[in-house]
Amino acid sequence: MSTDPLPETTFAERSRAQLARPFLRQAVPRATDTAVKDLRARFADHDYEGLRELGRQIRSRTIADLDGYLGQLVTAFAANGVQVHRAADAAEAREHIRRICREAGATRVVKVKSMATEEIALNPALEADGLQVTETDLGEYVVQLDGDTPSHIIAPIIHKTRGEIRESLSRVAGRELPDDAAELTGFARETLRDAFMDADVGISGANFGVAESGTVVLVTNEGNGRMCTSMPRVHISLMGIERVIPALEDLAVMLPLITGAGTGQLITSYVTMLSGPRREGEPDGPDQMHIVLLDNGRRALLGTEFQDVLHCIRCGACQNVCPVYRQVGGHAYGWVYGGPIGAVLSPLFRGQAVGGELPQASSLCGACDDICPVKIPLHDLLLRLRRQRVDADAAPRRERLAADLWAWAWSSPWRYRLVTRCVGAGVRVAVGIGLVGRLGPLGSWARGRTLPMLARRPFHARRDLDD
Amino acid sequence: MAALFPTCLGDLVAPDMVEHAQIALVRCGVDVQPVRGATCCGQPAFNAGFHAQARRVARVTLRALAQTTGPIIVPAGSCAAMMSRRWGELFAGDRDAPLAHAVAARVVEFTSVLAQHLDALERHELRWSGTVGYHDSCHMLRELRLSAEPRAVLRSVRDLELVPLASSDRCCGFGGTFSVRYPEVSVAMADSTLDDARAAGVDALVSADPGCLMQLGGRADRTHNGPRVLHVATLLHEAGLR
Repeated sequence: MSTDPLPETTFAERSRAQLARPFLRQAVPRATDTAVKDLRARFADHDYEGLRELGRQIRSRTIADLDGYLGQLVTAFAANGVQVHRAADAAEAREHIRRICREAGATRVVKVKSMATEEIALNPALEADGLQVTETDLGEYVVQLDGDTPSHIIAPIIHKTRGEIRESLSRVAGRELPDDAAELTGFARETLRDAFMDADVGISGANFGVAESGTVVLVTNEGNGRMCTSMPRVHISLMGIERVIPALEDLAVMLPLITGAGTGQLITSYVTMLSGPRREGEPDGPDQMHIVLLDNGRRALLGTEFQDVLHCIRCGACQNVCPVYRQVGGHAYGWVYGGPIGAVLSPLFRGQAVGGELPQASSLCGACDDICPVKIPLHDLLLRLRRQRVDADAAPRRERLAADLWAWAWSSPWRYRLVTRCVGAGVRVAVGIGLVGRLGPLGSWARGRTLPMLARRPFHARRDLDD
Repeated sequence: MAALFPTCLGDLVAPDMVEHAQIALVRCGVDVQPVRGATCCGQPAFNAGFHAQARRVARVTLRALAQTTGPIIVPAGSCAAMMSRRWGELFAGDRDAPLAHAVAARVVEFTSVLAQHLDALERHELRWSGTVGYHDSCHMLRELRLSAEPRAVLRSVRDLELVPLASSDRCCGFGGTFSVRYPEVSVAMADSTLDDARAAGVDALVSADPGCLMQLGGRADRTHNGPRVLHVATLLHEAGLR
């Protein structure tokens, strides 16, 4: 499990800060609604539900025998001339990548967007070694320029206005760039072109690793994935161990699922399949190809009631439909993964002590279950994490006390009647003298909402009169 | 004979709605009696992770419901879902597990019962003048897959124009303890639903779950900015099903 630092703020504090940004609450719904709408429209003539079920089966079968498939993958990579490195945690993964860069005598690194590299906080480690690192996905590039972090798994700058993006790129240009998306993209493209040409090492993640053929699969829309993995002398791919799929034919299911769920596309502009370094007689490609297989808390989930979360293909669809994410964005979740998948992964990868509040930051609406392309039961996983927190006695004492009191009162019809009558009267008095704001959860409710009064004649009392 | 389980929220906060539901069922020819001695399905504690406490409360309700026969009608989508879909897990390995399965299998949500008596509703020539948006209860929609039923019931009312809402299947932000744990986020979610209903120009936002109604109604009341928020049963009552 990773021991990298985490923010000391709470979800409540972070979400309040995000709610104070009106732009965020316009931009995030707009972008995420578009992705979902595109998914529905473009797959209208396809059996998307059937595809989801096939995807679930492939992921479930693979994770059930993860070590078997990883063994195949490693063998196939080796046969293709790919050097394989295993990393138990974030620190080991960083160490592998730093060593490979050092041994290659590298000074410049280009990167393809990768949540795994965010997870291990790779860039600061490489920069500390004096390497010049350039993110080449447009969104990640802007994130890097701003010293920011991505707030969505596939749309890293969903939280930024075009004005903010223009300012960041203008800083690099040394002149005011026009407020025009095409011009801004054009400027970034030219700047990044030089970075590709000069780079010694290209670093990517891996959307999938195919066990039978030893192939890393990347889906991108900007073409930067292809440039990063073919132009520099050395290519390093950081892959979560769970991203393995058994066979190339599984891509027929997994590719449309990840691109559909992610961006509403039937297929992305580029699908890059890498099966080793440049071979004799080939005109291009890297001299070396390395795979770093990242555990970082994943293997520990095998055989637990949370194993299904390893089926995740990091498409971001659960973020797109999450009504909480929609309001507060990804940064409110405090670690790299936001939204429902983040609320599940953070406590599992980082421990209940640091991530334990995130499963509470959900209204349990279940929209994530309905959109997940591989049918991960996120709603159930959130419930299990909540139960685990209580069973481990990690819930605050006053919560347990409240649950005990409630159970005592509600578990006998006469206590229920008596207690609710007294509470009802008490609340009426508290509201009358303006003290309700101090009444814990009632005060929380009353912030922004009228407190529902307990009826003076509840239904059970009316019925008694009828008898 | 069917049993009506008011649920704790219905009993304590929305007793008029429960009366309206009972009357609606009787007028549609459903022989129904309120259950005695049942309190709550246990959902608040179950969702918060306190299974022992949830079981303690749900057991009282379970045993009271076990005294009844026929369908158990619940005018609260989320509670109906808790009993139908979660009691099995809550009572797994418990001495009352067989009873929980048997009782859960009898649970039916209120509007899904009425949807089987549309002809009776038509005969009552109900009238309610205005535009209405229906807000799906998350658990009623996703765990019970009930979305056509409440809408069919609303369509049986004359002069009522049911308008689709883009946000109808997006959570209103209630979420039980979530609503008081993160009040600012919860209220922002309610605003999102209410803004959408206002943009659609509805006179009333209707749901079949007292949880959503408490949330949306509480927020609409605080902002003095409409629309009216009411239960399907109350709308039927206003439409003349008395």
